[in-house]
Amino acid sequence: MNKIRDILKRNMNKIKDILKRNMRQYAMLIAFIFLMVMFQILTDGILLKPINVSRLILQNSYILILAIGMVLCILTGGNIDLSVGSIVALVSASSALLSVTLGLPVILSILLALMLGLLAGMWQGFWIAYVKIPAFIVTLAGMLVFRGINNLILSGQTILLPDLYVTIASGVIPDFIGGEGGLHVTTVVVGIICSILYIVAEYGRRKNKMKYGFEMSSFPLFIGKVAAIVLVINLFTYWLALADGLPYVLILLAVLIMIYSFITTKTTAGRHIYALGGNATAAALSGIKTKQVLFWVYANMGLLAAVAGIVFAGRLNSAAPTAGQGFELDAIAACFIGGASATGGVGTVIGAIIGGFIMGILNNGMSIMGVSTFWQSIVKGMVLLLAVAFDVYSKSKSKTS
Amino acid sequence: MGEYILEMKNITKTFPGVKALDNVNLKVKKGQIHALVGENGAGKSTLMNVLSGIYPYGTYTGDILFNGSKCRFKDIKDSEHFGIAIIHQELALSPYMTIAENIFLGNECAKNRIIDWDETHQKAIRLMQKVGLKERHNALIKDIGVGKQQLVEIAKALSKDVKLLILDEPTAALNDEDSDNLLNLLTELNEKQGITCIIISHKLNEVTKISDEITVLRDGATIETLIKGQDEITEGRIIKGMVGRELIDRFPKRTPKIGQIGLEVKDWVVYDPANEDKMKIKNVSFHVKKGEIVGIAGLMGAGRTELAMSIFGRAYGKKIDGKLVKDGKEIRPKNVSEAIKEGMAYVTEDRKTAGLVLIDDIKANITLASLDKISKHHVIDDNREIHVAEEYRKKLRIKSSSILQKAGNLSGGNQQKVVVSKWIFSEPDVLFLDEPTRGIDVGAKYEIYTIIHQLADEGKSIVLISSELPEILGMCDRVYVMNEGKIVGEMDKEDACQESIMRCILQSGPG
Repeated sequence: MNKIRDILKRNMNKIKDILKRNMRQYAMLIAFIFLMVMFQILTDGILLKPINVSRLILQNSYILILAIGMVLCILTGGNIDLSVGSIVALVSASSALLSVTLGLPVILSILLALMLGLLAGMWQGFWIAYVKIPAFIVTLAGMLVFRGINNLILSGQTILLPDLYVTIASGVIPDFIGGEGGLHVTTVVVGIICSILYIVAEYGRRKNKMKYGFEMSSFPLFIGKVAAIVLVINLFTYWLALADGLPYVLILLAVLIMIYSFITTKTTAGRHIYALGGNATAAALSGIKTKQVLFWVYANMGLLAAVAGIVFAGRLNSAAPTAGQGFELDAIAACFIGGASATGGVGTVIGAIIGGFIMGILNNGMSIMGVSTFWQSIVKGMVLLLAVAFDVYSKSKSKTS
Repeated sequence: MGEYILEMKNITKTFPGVKALDNVNLKVKKGQIHALVGENGAGKSTLMNVLSGIYPYGTYTGDILFNGSKCRFKDIKDSEHFGIAIIHQELALSPYMTIAENIFLGNECAKNRIIDWDETHQKAIRLMQKVGLKERHNALIKDIGVGKQQLVEIAKALSKDVKLLILDEPTAALNDEDSDNLLNLLTELNEKQGITCIIISHKLNEVTKISDEITVLRDGATIETLIKGQDEITEGRIIKGMVGRELIDRFPKRTPKIGQIGLEVKDWVVYDPANEDKMKIKNVSFHVKKGEIVGIAGLMGAGRTELAMSIFGRAYGKKIDGKLVKDGKEIRPKNVSEAIKEGMAYVTEDRKTAGLVLIDDIKANITLASLDKISKHHVIDDNREIHVAEEYRKKLRIKSSSILQKAGNLSGGNQQKVVVSKWIFSEPDVLFLDEPTRGIDVGAKYEIYTIIHQLADEGKSIVLISSELPEILGMCDRVYVMNEGKIVGEMDKEDACQESIMRCILQSGPG
């Protein structure tokens, strides 16, 4: 009996320690869950209905894709990219030009449009990294220039797009297995496969740690964590299966999140980005090619903005002169709500994604409730301010301890 | 016996988890220079922050008596009102404002909130004369040297009718000449105007020279107060109080095993990146052998840092010319990462702004310059990284809660150990150390010296840049003297002494 109590006590202390160290991330997650519960009640249960969950993902996918790139820009030293909304517009317009006006194959025109986004990013990266013009100014110029080119291409008109765009943005995977009663069985199976892959990966990581003889969380704690995450994954895919099934764009998003989380946390390139934002001089004197890092971060932002541009064009089924207006601000807000520091060096991809979802739930929840867009704007602004204020407050507190 | 201007009684200040001050007592007599010494983290700065109201009344326990009456300071303004002024290590001046504007910043000569510039300038000129600052009153702070900036701070304190002046490490960033001037000024202010001074310093030779009384703090407690004339005041005696034991030698012993030439620099020329017509390094040639510690002595601004940085992958300078020969082969590193690959390392002069990523943990800082070593195909092996960081934490005895502690939360000495770890892990053959012990306490200095010796004994070539002559003399096998971008002297350990080095510098003259 005593032994069990002992083990329990030890684990509790460990959990407390982990919570303390990652307080900011958990605070964000708690805020996210709190908002979810609150709007679930306020909307009489509409928010978490399967069809609305699916819609929430489709609606916010392009902002989330932008936020992934934006968090990298912010990490390099609090630099933001103001041009992403215009690049979204430019890319959707140019892919419309290629596929509709010039009649190129859709896949090819999408690829070319993505290249164009990358080039736009490299153009800005060049001025920022090598000519050393502040990112704020370069991207403000880009915002105007790219918007202008978009208007030139479209001559102020809206162009309808081929179906493939719509499939990318709003389509779901076909149900290979099929099922009764409207349940999308393939989606459930995908969830189960993901869970198995996750369990294998976690087990491998643990074994590796053991090989080095590091101290680690006790086995029950490990099982508990894995079980919780597996539960969330499967509940989520089951929920989507109750709606239309797994959207293509969610797969795209998941792949991007995984790739960029991996880059930021596990690779030397990621370490270079964090070091550059934390202390540019120290990074340069440690042999990091800081200009190159800065250049590629902005080039990458251009590419991701192009991906977001394709998804957004598909969502509207058209390319329009006003596409993507204000997206940069939503993406930036998502990063800061998600715990990124305005001075650089602090922030995570996952944080930006959660930040983006917080914004998304606010939008969606208030829309369902019929709150006017004026009030929505006020609420979102206050949430951004309070989130960062909380962050600053908790940081100043942890400094004195 | 003079009366006390300041008595701090049983001051206790706790931060969550730590007792920073534990029943500290400090008594300062009117019209004296009182020194406060102790290792880093002994509580000196905390005590002064309590005194100046940065930690307001209520956040500590104990009493502060100023001129015999109890004081409860709410903030800095409050303590300034009583005539207490504190000058911090990091100067609080606005770089793009003039000297006069800075002197009266926050205390402007104004009527109805409109500044009277004539009065400001006139008063500023008078104050500048008082502190011996020979500059135009409308010179910008960014254009004058650190030594003069320090004088501006003092003038600013004088403008507020200061009675008790507190200086935190005033000479840490100054060269010997400026330090002497500053200390003379303090003695003068003290004698002629009766201003009482509290000086916090690591430079014990200065402390013994100018102070009337010395209070030693250790681990947040008062150890003793030494009084000139009553007690023996020597550096050895003070160190004993500070570290709780006698440090017989300030430098560890070593028998050098010197081998072949490790790095030779020939006709090295570097131009100022801000002004491409200005030559910063003028035809410098020197060499360092394997297992040898070579010192580069010189005044601040002699070009030593610029020399080291330009060699280290052209991290400084434009139009660099000259030859680098390492192990008999010419090398041409174009950037820092190539220099690292060629086996060079450079421990920066300023660890906070150029050495560490303060918001990152110890682990990430140690591996930053050698990420290739812990990664495969650019993917970092977390477990290897932890392993490496733990190894260095133990080997260099970095005092910390774990390798996940943020570098910014470490004390100066431990921060320096992290920087040194980073460069040892990069396995260099030639190591440049630029002021490796600046601003760290005696105990940590000794540890850093021991590490430097170990590295030399492993056959690495060490170049030690230092403004502290005793350090150069105590550590180096051979010394180069630099002045105005040129090497003006070279001497062996046997011939080098403070006088011979200073003579070298003075004879070479300016320009």
